[in-house]
Amino acid sequence: MNLLFRRKLLNSIVLTMSGMAAVAGLFMLAWILGDVAWKGYSAINWDFFTELPTPAGVKGGGLANAIVGTVLMTGTAACFAVPFGMMSGTYLAEFGKNNIFGQVVRFIADILVSAPSIVIGVFVYLILVKPMHNFSGWAGACSLAIIMLPVVSRTTEEMLRLVPPEIREASLALGSPYWKMTYKIIYRSAASGIFTGVMLAVARVAGETAPLLFTALNSPYWMHGMNEPMANLTVILFNYAMSPYDDWHKLAWGAAFIITMTVLAVNVFTRIILRAKRRGS
Amino acid sequence: MDRKPDKNKAESGKVRLLISGADLTMQCLEQKRTMDIKKKKVWGDAIFRGLTASFAAGIAVIFIAIILVLWQQSQPSIQKFGFPFLFTKTWNPVHEQFGALIPIAGTLLTTFLALLFAIPLSLGIALFLAELAPHWLRTPFGTAIELLAAIPSIVYGMWGLFVLGPLMADYVQPFLKSTLGFLPFFSGSSMGIGMLTAGLVLTLMIIPFISSVTRDVFLMVPQPLKEAAYGLGCTTWEVVRDVMIPYGRKGIAGAVFLGMGRALGETMAVTFVIGNAYHLSWSLLAPGNSIASTLANEFTEADGQIYLSSLIELGLVLFLITLIILSLAQVWLRRSAAGRP
Repeated sequence: MNLLFRRKLLNSIVLTMSGMAAVAGLFMLAWILGDVAWKGYSAINWDFFTELPTPAGVKGGGLANAIVGTVLMTGTAACFAVPFGMMSGTYLAEFGKNNIFGQVVRFIADILVSAPSIVIGVFVYLILVKPMHNFSGWAGACSLAIIMLPVVSRTTEEMLRLVPPEIREASLALGSPYWKMTYKIIYRSAASGIFTGVMLAVARVAGETAPLLFTALNSPYWMHGMNEPMANLTVILFNYAMSPYDDWHKLAWGAAFIITMTVLAVNVFTRIILRAKRRGS
Repeated sequence: MDRKPDKNKAESGKVRLLISGADLTMQCLEQKRTMDIKKKKVWGDAIFRGLTASFAAGIAVIFIAIILVLWQQSQPSIQKFGFPFLFTKTWNPVHEQFGALIPIAGTLLTTFLALLFAIPLSLGIALFLAELAPHWLRTPFGTAIELLAAIPSIVYGMWGLFVLGPLMADYVQPFLKSTLGFLPFFSGSSMGIGMLTAGLVLTLMIIPFISSVTRDVFLMVPQPLKEAAYGLGCTTWEVVRDVMIPYGRKGIAGAVFLGMGRALGETMAVTFVIGNAYHLSWSLLAPGNSIASTLANEFTEADGQIYLSSLIELGLVLFLITLIILSLAQVWLRRSAAGRP
């Protein structure tokens, strides 16, 4: 009896601790989001979206140029990374399932997904900024594209694999060449999955800071093109939060609020789409 | 040997079946050959395959280029300081003397602290999500934990600086000093920011990675195996300890290394709360520096070739460390997934 009691006691202790760990995780999420929402929401007003940043000490001002900069760089990065990543994901799913080349690329892509983003920033600094002697929006977009690329490639691959083999066989049996089958049948049936994967990748790089620190840098002015240092929400958040001024702290919380809510909204939205798709198939 | 078909045997059903089977195989082979010939005619497929392959190769090229460029650009520093760079304490931009010991130690220490807290918590969360929680709760709870991974790292850093830091300074660190202050790990002033705070923020950031992969590993354990253990009268904890964890240990190791890779390379969250100080101390409350935070703080200010190339060498070291850790993670995760039906 004694042994049984001890086993049961140990069991209930461990299970309680497991439940507590889960509650603690949820609590931390709620705490962080609550703080960001509470402190960030009060910083959001019309000026936040329409005005340029003001010098320290001057009241008011907004982050209009940073919002535009972030959208512009993320969009440019997506324009490069999405087709590139989709093509490579197509190879991995359709031709490179078991050959060595496919396995090596898949391994590298998996590592690049988790690789430190600041090293990507250093790399882009060395290949673009240093030779051109100029921080630029292009360099920022390039580093974001490199971070996005393996994510898009891997999700494309996974989504293409979800397409049932019967659909491929039916299409091939009708005599269509492989490329036409992929382009007209496989892509279409995997479209919503690939779209959500791309959205997730975009949301992820929209919140990246480290690779922009020494590529896009920052700027308090409106941009005249992508060839100059470019304001963006995350680097401004970093600079303002590290500054000693309360006004800037407030703007930083506002920026954190915008970024976090956008990223979370995309995440929740894509999960709902994916779940509906899985249930449908 | 000559093989004359035996009429009697050929009449028997078995052999007829065999022959027709062989016929079928021949037909299939022939069909495949004609298909192969057809394939050769279809240039579109060859072009398509080559095109997609070249883009896939692009990923490998970028990866190799990163290593080569960092290696080539850190040559001035490598040639000047050599191998002892990794074990030298000095970091003096004025006299251009650089050593990577303090950033490397800071990176390893914060990662170690993060794993120390995150592994038990993540295992608990994974266990809860895979075994304990009622079914209707699993998806929303799992999603909530995964959303922790979606929050940008800079938001963690800012939250750590403005919310967690003051809490640590006012309550946690004085408490640690009054109870465990006799240990060298808990000495010094309570500044709020430092190694321990950085470790805690990193813990929060890697929990979603470790726990969601571990949950998937737990879910892969075959149901009959668990039921057999339950049938023998095991408690839930005993099933977990003796069946689920041994069955999924490669996957769990992969999950831990994945979290470790993340923690090693994390930049913004650490830069906010680590304190950015160049000194080596036993105290976890003291400020320090990690490789990533050094890069974030000093890269744009680096003047002089040796300074810049020392920073690049730091980046190379970080990339190589995470490369090894993440490779181990991939190998273990692949092996555990290979057993999946």
